[in-house]
Amino acid sequence: MEKATLTFTDVATTVTVPAGTRIIEMSEKVGSGITYGCREGECGTCLTHVIEGAENLSEPSALELRVLAENMAGRKDRLACQCRILGGAAKVRPG
Amino acid sequence: MRSLIGPDGPVALAEGVHWIGALDPDLRSFDVIVRTANGTSYNAYAVRGSGGVAIIDTVKAEFAGAFFARLEAVARYDEIRFIVLNHLEPDHTGALPELLRRAPQAQVLLSPRGLPLLRALLRDDFGRYDIRPVTTGETASLGDCALEFFTTPYVHWPDTQCTWFARQRILFTCDLFGSHFCDARLFNDEAGDFRLAFEHYFDRIMRPFRSFVTEALDLLEPLDFALIAPSHGPILRTNPRDYLQRTRALAKARLGAGPEKALLVIYVSAYGATAGLAQAIHDGAEQEPGVRAALFDLEGAEIAPLLDLIEAADGIALGSPTINGDAVRRIWDLMAALAEIELRGKLGAAFGSYGWSGEAVRMIETRLQGLKLRLPEPGLRVRLHPSAEELAEGQDFGRRLAAHLCGRAPARVLDAPEAAAG
Repeated sequence: MEKATLTFTDVATTVTVPAGTRIIEMSEKVGSGITYGCREGECGTCLTHVIEGAENLSEPSALELRVLAENMAGRKDRLACQCRILGGAAKVRPG
Repeated sequence: MRSLIGPDGPVALAEGVHWIGALDPDLRSFDVIVRTANGTSYNAYAVRGSGGVAIIDTVKAEFAGAFFARLEAVARYDEIRFIVLNHLEPDHTGALPELLRRAPQAQVLLSPRGLPLLRALLRDDFGRYDIRPVTTGETASLGDCALEFFTTPYVHWPDTQCTWFARQRILFTCDLFGSHFCDARLFNDEAGDFRLAFEHYFDRIMRPFRSFVTEALDLLEPLDFALIAPSHGPILRTNPRDYLQRTRALAKARLGAGPEKALLVIYVSAYGATAGLAQAIHDGAEQEPGVRAALFDLEGAEIAPLLDLIEAADGIALGSPTINGDAVRRIWDLMAALAEIELRGKLGAAFGSYGWSGEAVRMIETRLQGLKLRLPEPGLRVRLHPSAEELAEGQDFGRRLAAHLCGRAPARVLDAPEAAAG
């Protein structure tokens, strides 16, 4: 199985995960402040700032794009409940 | 009893600007969390220009009758060009669906973050209306005058914004600068003494978002306002800037932060085992340069002053024994109260002694994570009294927490299954 690495800078933790893992699945387990509200891509609670490796993340869906826009999110922000790491590495912190 | 008698009609704030809200003198509890000894008011406003009328916010649903009666005294529904929603909580949008039925041509202006709530409020009717999200600097023309919008999120919901009417130098702030204080005299220079209500309102509604409040004040303070028109309580026409300055003072942490990172180790202990761990964690944290740790036995502490201290601290470690498969009530009481203060970016940790199952530590971690604290270290659990080795591990735990506070923690590298195991 292809692996990827996610680094959560707020808890100084890097975790190796199967490619395709949603950020939220790991962020809670390692104790990061990236936590969920609705887990359905509606509330924007899990807003995540991507420090490095944005190119290794899944493209945002129309739903995610809408919620990001409504939350006035920055260019490097994603929703942890929607966003998957597809390979390589990415470094994130709470948005 | 003059103060409890409502004005019969709309009340002029300035030429072309009227209060069209409603009074609720009998309310004794707002949103469950605020006691309202003096009731409250739901302030809504109508602003007229040469090109039409803007309605700024509405009222709680059961007061819609009074709102519409006052509105009809200053404007026809077909004159309404804009409906401004500074905040979508039900006490301000209760009359909105009916207002839109009566004035379907009106454009609804709100912050982008308000859109999901408006969709939920209007449901199938959402698509039938002209809805325009606005952000700081955008305007809505009323012909010979205009409204300007300022996005001020989290004062106290994500959607909150303020509206500026430059012609009359009036700032419509919705819940910001509000107070639950019902007085039919409406204006701060005529109403009874509402200082307690003003401060209580801030504490219960705004305090968890105090950084956002400060950001909003920074954005609004340069405006040359002559009057602040909030959505609850007296309209601030005499010395309105005093209320901004008072709010700025209230938005500061009650206790100042020292030069060192502060870690509070707070515990409850039945037989001294969790207390022993707490002492070890405290002592370990103290060994890290630049960190000041403090130890509190919650059994002997009042929660309210502790909240002030937590607000000023950088991290908290909470310890509880497991009794009846649960964390103890004092810890739950404290954790419930944590929602009353700002916790953004703080570090959290859990520890405790147990006899059989030891659920308390996981429960504390779940609650702290739900409050969006970062928990860089898995909780520390010890069966019965900690051994010398376990006390050493407690000290190490404290040192690691302190290192995280200082940004000196060594990077942790895990595989997914390890992370899942916590």
